[in-house]
Amino acid sequence: MDVGQMQRQWLDYTRSLFIEGFLDNQFLQLQQLQDENNPEFVVEVVSLFFDDSERLLKDLNFALDQQGVDFKKVDAHVHQLKGSSSSIGAQRVKNACIAFRNFCEDQNVEACLRCLQQVKQEYCLVKNKLETLFRLEQQIVAAGGSIPMMELGF
Amino acid sequence: MTQVMERDGVVSEEVHVLAVDDSLVDRKVIERLLKISACKVTAVDSGISALQLLGLDEQRTSESDDFVGLKVDLIITDYCMPGMSGYDLLKKIKGSSTFREIPVVIMSSENILPRIDRCLEEGAKDFIVKPVKLSDVKRLKNYMSTATRDVSAAEAGGCSGGGGGGGGGINKRKLSDTTAFDYLSSSPPSISSSITPLSSPSDSSSSPSPSPLSSPIRSLDSPIRRLKMTGAD
Repeated sequence: MDVGQMQRQWLDYTRSLFIEGFLDNQFLQLQQLQDENNPEFVVEVVSLFFDDSERLLKDLNFALDQQGVDFKKVDAHVHQLKGSSSSIGAQRVKNACIAFRNFCEDQNVEACLRCLQQVKQEYCLVKNKLETLFRLEQQIVAAGGSIPMMELGF
Repeated sequence: MTQVMERDGVVSEEVHVLAVDDSLVDRKVIERLLKISACKVTAVDSGISALQLLGLDEQRTSESDDFVGLKVDLIITDYCMPGMSGYDLLKKIKGSSTFREIPVVIMSSENILPRIDRCLEEGAKDFIVKPVKLSDVKRLKNYMSTATRDVSAAEAGGCSGGGGGGGGGINKRKLSDTTAFDYLSSSPPSISSSITPLSSPSDSSSSPSPSPLSSPIRSLDSPIRRLKMTGAD
């Protein structure tokens, strides 16, 4: 595959992530912040998001596993996850967190457990997608090409 | 890294922003947003750390200590933080004779009108609904100038004006990303009427922009250009 083909593949893949709702405008914001002086910015922020999320998902598992569930604590964890997913544009994770918080309010353990599964699923999906995207970027750069700029108006 | 910027033969210092947020992801993003907007940034993870850096923490009984705190031109803080909230931090800063002239901006993921009102009434200069975008930071540059370091009334005049109840009107309407600029045209003269020059569509993150995005952003980064644009009211 030549560089041009790889770049087109990258564009198609990125577009699909937006169309399918995995990513939203905030992800584009992050891409805008990347330049020659900070070529790894997006990868760095997303890595922080991955670390943060994995910690929070563990904490959520733990909190919901308790005999007497502390819903305030559960809500606090979900709030954090909602915040960081929103900050990187991981739309579906964010939406799953919003739904989750509603059930925390209701103090419904069963529903919360289902929500947690949903959040985990969305997180795994977006993690895979982003890792694929970053791999494509590495291939382009390794082949001497540059990463295209995403257009906002697609 | 130099703190002094030179452009068109004019030398000026970069504005220094203190960013407070318990989320590592958000700290990284806000730091980058500010740096790309030609600001020097110090990012901390709590209100307590912020107060310590400023030299305003409880440890000091008087502000006439020898301690020279960090000189900042703007404080931007998350609202929801464990321990000291952004609101508490705001109150502490506005309650200090040394620091109350520093503009404070609150960020929150939750768009709660009573919360926004409370913050503005307590003297917050602005309220940003997360996630923070480049257009939000650009708007902030209006409040930022190194002149406030001298606690001068000139640039900082808007600060105390923002404390009144009537100041709440502007930012209440920041209800969604796409309406971020709706309220700009209706700003009361006492507060931030200098915002209006920023409402040009090319700056908005929500409008399509086919060209590589780094160059349009760069051209507006200079604090000098920023000051020239806003001008006098």
